[in-house]
Amino acid sequence: MIRLKDVELVYENGTKAIQGITLTIEDGEFVFLVGPSGSGKSTIVKLLTGEILPTFGRVMINGFSIMNIKDRQIPLMRRTLGVVYQDFRLIEKKTVYDNLSFVMRAVGASPREIKERIPRVLHLLDLDDKAQCRPPELSGGEQQRAAIARALVNNPSTVIADEPTGNLDPDRSVELMRLLVKINQMGTTVVVVTHARELVNRFGKRVVTLDEGLVTHDAVGRYVGGRRYG
Amino acid sequence: MWGGAAMGKHDFSYFFQEGLKNMASHRLMSFTAISMTVGCLLIMGTFTLVAVNTALNLSALANSNEIVAYVDEAWTPEQARALEKQLLKVPNVTAARYISKEEALQAYTEQNPEEELFQDLDPGIFRDRYALTIENLEQIAYTVGQVERVPGVVKVNYYEEMASGIVTVRNVAAIVSAALIGVLFVVSTFIISNTIRLTTYDRREEIAIMKIVGATNGFIRWPFVYEGFLMGVVAAGIAFLLQWGLYAAVTDAIAGNDAQRLFSILPFSRIWAPVLGSFFGAGMAVGIGGSLTAIRRFLEV
Ligand SMILES: Nc1ncnc2c1ncn2[C@@H]1O[C@H](COP(=O)(O)OP(=O)(O)O)[C@@H](O)[C@H]1O
Ligand SMILES: [Mg+2]
Repeated sequence: MIRLKDVELVYENGTKAIQGITLTIEDGEFVFLVGPSGSGKSTIVKLLTGEILPTFGRVMINGFSIMNIKDRQIPLMRRTLGVVYQDFRLIEKKTVYDNLSFVMRAVGASPREIKERIPRVLHLLDLDDKAQCRPPELSGGEQQRAAIARALVNNPSTVIADEPTGNLDPDRSVELMRLLVKINQMGTTVVVVTHARELVNRFGKRVVTLDEGLVTHDAVGRYVGGRRYG
Repeated sequence: MWGGAAMGKHDFSYFFQEGLKNMASHRLMSFTAISMTVGCLLIMGTFTLVAVNTALNLSALANSNEIVAYVDEAWTPEQARALEKQLLKVPNVTAARYISKEEALQAYTEQNPEEELFQDLDPGIFRDRYALTIENLEQIAYTVGQVERVPGVVKVNYYEEMASGIVTVRNVAAIVSAALIGVLFVVSTFIISNTIRLTTYDRREEIAIMKIVGATNGFIRWPFVYEGFLMGVVAAGIAFLLQWGLYAAVTDAIAGNDAQRLFSILPFSRIWAPVLGSFFGAGMAVGIGGSLTAIRRFLEV
């Protein structure tokens, strides 16, 4: 479960990116986080991964309280999350397989676990025959799926994707969302940050709308509001 | 999520391989760092070995931590022998060896066999004496003064200039080599640290991803520690072999030019263990120190 309570975040340069947000995401939910550019979506992702600490308020992630967490526990908290970035952040000189084995290794998976798990994840994302390719040899969609594969490979309870369709054409974007819905149906909590209005409206999921660091709408169904977006 | 046990487990072969890969990814920098460390270790080793051999020869030459206290001729042999206790009470005197006139004469004729003139000397012209061993050479003048004040002692002989000369040479050599070694250590650590910083820079994307997926700081750090360790150990091994060769060459050269064996040199077989030990110790300290300085900063958050 993810819970933000009265969260405020002021960056060092004085930018008030989050101005008081209270939000709960239950286990197994699928949530779209939408809003215009600069409304604070990526800042919320950074708060959820523990990259930054709230200036005020409380953040709870899968049983860890970010304010009271010990340094030693931050890795444990992060292991409950799988994060997908808009720019993929795949290691270009490693093959897709090695990109996955590398993050499994990093959290202490054994070679046997790695050998069993990776083919299953690659299959789920329809990347079976791309295992030995390096990211630059893949199409945008394939790279995006590889990034999702890496987020899933450590079997997190929550997947957070920041603008995962940013670099994809509309058809590919719909395909990707279907995939995330499928992952959600398999029991993983999914939080998708996007500003693709049509896409969001198509899926009929819970939509949390941000504007200027505040939640302006939180309802199932449609992307409402937003004076500007893009 | 994979076993919580992995949090603390040390996957040696993985870290070691990653460390090797790091080293291989910067062959030129690693080579430079290792060469510099080899140079530092060689200078350190050569300095120390020269100092050790010089000290050995100087003290053999002068026997300078021994002073001779002559006993009043009017004293009976029994009285002379009883002086030993008094002499041992003088601070800084660690041993007192009694030498009678007869023994002194015998030693003298043995040392100067070619001087026939002295062969039938009367022991009466020699005095009974004590050979005193001094612990702290630097206080020799003061100690001599105190020995002279012991009743029954009439004269004290010692190599004042030689003694103070040795002390000065030894102190200067110790200070110079300590300073030099210190500077070289800092330089080596700095170069290794820079090499590793370069690797961390190359791998910054991987490090960022490892953090995001929940790798511990320790897990991220270890490959770099092994990288530094490996550089230090390789440098120590190379430096040891070079030091050995250099020492052998210098020993041969001196032996060839020193027919009278005025200068004696410790054989390498007697010093290889401490040399090897200190090279590896210093190499590892420099390597690990370098890697820790390199990775200290970038592991926050
Ligand atoms: N590291 C930062 N330092 C200062 N200001 C930042 C930083 N990151 C984002 N901001 C500012 O915070 C606000 C919210 O940014 P962000 O969360 O990235 O928005 P979004 O992802 O919704 O486009 C913006 O005004 C942005 O300029
Ligand atoms: Mg953003």
